[in-house]
Amino acid sequence: MVDRRVVEIWVGVFVLLGGLALAMLAFMVGNVRVTELFGAQEYQITAQFDNIGGLKVKAPVTLAGVRIGRVSSIYVDQQDFRAVVEMTISNSYNNLPTDTTAIILTSGVLGEQYIGIEPGGEETFLKNGDQIILTQSALVLENLIGQFLYSAGGDGDTDGISKLAGTLERLIERLFEEESKKGAK
Amino acid sequence: MMFGFFADLGRAVLDRVNRLGRASIFFVQVLAASWQLIPRFQLLLQQIYAVGVLTLLIILVAGLFVGMVLGFQGYTTLVRFGAEDSLGLLVALSLVRELGPVVTALLFAGRAGSALTAEIGLMKATEQLAGMEMMAVNPLMRVIAPRLIAGMIAMPILAALFSAIGVLGGHLVGVELLGVDSGSYWSQMRENVDIYDDIFNGVIKSLVFGVACAWIAVFEGYDAVPTSEGVSRATNRTVVYSSLSVLGLDFVLTSLMFGEA
Repeated sequence: MVDRRVVEIWVGVFVLLGGLALAMLAFMVGNVRVTELFGAQEYQITAQFDNIGGLKVKAPVTLAGVRIGRVSSIYVDQQDFRAVVEMTISNSYNNLPTDTTAIILTSGVLGEQYIGIEPGGEETFLKNGDQIILTQSALVLENLIGQFLYSAGGDGDTDGISKLAGTLERLIERLFEEESKKGAK
Repeated sequence: MMFGFFADLGRAVLDRVNRLGRASIFFVQVLAASWQLIPRFQLLLQQIYAVGVLTLLIILVAGLFVGMVLGFQGYTTLVRFGAEDSLGLLVALSLVRELGPVVTALLFAGRAGSALTAEIGLMKATEQLAGMEMMAVNPLMRVIAPRLIAGMIAMPILAALFSAIGVLGGHLVGVELLGVDSGSYWSQMRENVDIYDDIFNGVIKSLVFGVACAWIAVFEGYDAVPTSEGVSRATNRTVVYSSLSVLGLDFVLTSLMFGEA
């Protein structure tokens, strides 16, 4: 049997190592900031959108590309059937003007969607619980194509549509060619 | 002839249900006796040493190598899509959500669980447990409870260590060897691993596996036929049942935790 003192030391080391490993997972792998543990200094604002596309809870909220908060919840306003997005913003950015614009953007071609904030010029600032009035919805590819087709064939003739279809076909062929070239490399 | 088949089937089912019932009663009895460990803390420390500290080495080595292999495999797949920056995320999520708790539990069943069963089974075969009862010492409290509780405490710690060292192993291969950017390795991980959804659920998993493995190990030992053959069979069963129940529980827990996402 191992000496009692040695056992105690080893168990102490073991438990300490476990605590360190958990701390490492929490702080280095997970995204816990020390300030978040002691009651985060942040405030909530909302914004209404016609269409949020693929926006998800916890998506980043950015100002000039810098992350200043995150989406905390998404639901539908029962009165006017628009999407309401609640955002949690860090208190260090509590001077956003009231005429700030919220835009749903996409990072990269197929990336995640996030909210971009563009500050306006008002002297008064958004407070906890305020709503951003100026918003711009997500770009939905299907709607975009639909609008494009409509405007192309708007003047009654179907010529525009077939022209557009031809353009699309050529575009897709080009894309495939480039892909196969890349693959060959 | 015909009825013989049904009788065999029925007997097999009844035996198993019977055994499960005995195991459950045993579990409750041990938990009920375990509060008496508070003034006998030394017993628990001895067992944490035997179950946890002595398993440390194999867990650390396995974690490091699993992390390194994940680094290699993840890199060769991700680089095809130009997404090798997400390597850190892939390694961390695989480890924290699945591989950490599951592989640790499988190794724990093989290294610590089998030792527990053999030890308790041998105590029973040499009538040490009966001797204790003669001296009015409750063997459930003196022998079984410290081992069960120690297993429950040691498993989450071991799983956390496995995941942590695995992430470092992935870093070693991905960043040092294959040239993924160190900054994006960590930042991608930090952006997308959630403290509650991923890490906390991983800890819950390892806790459940710890309870299952320790419970199976002590029950098989306590319930072993007190002969050398019986002890060897019990040890065998511990490893098989523990591994199977860990894999089965993992499926259930995963579908509960990550199913709706």
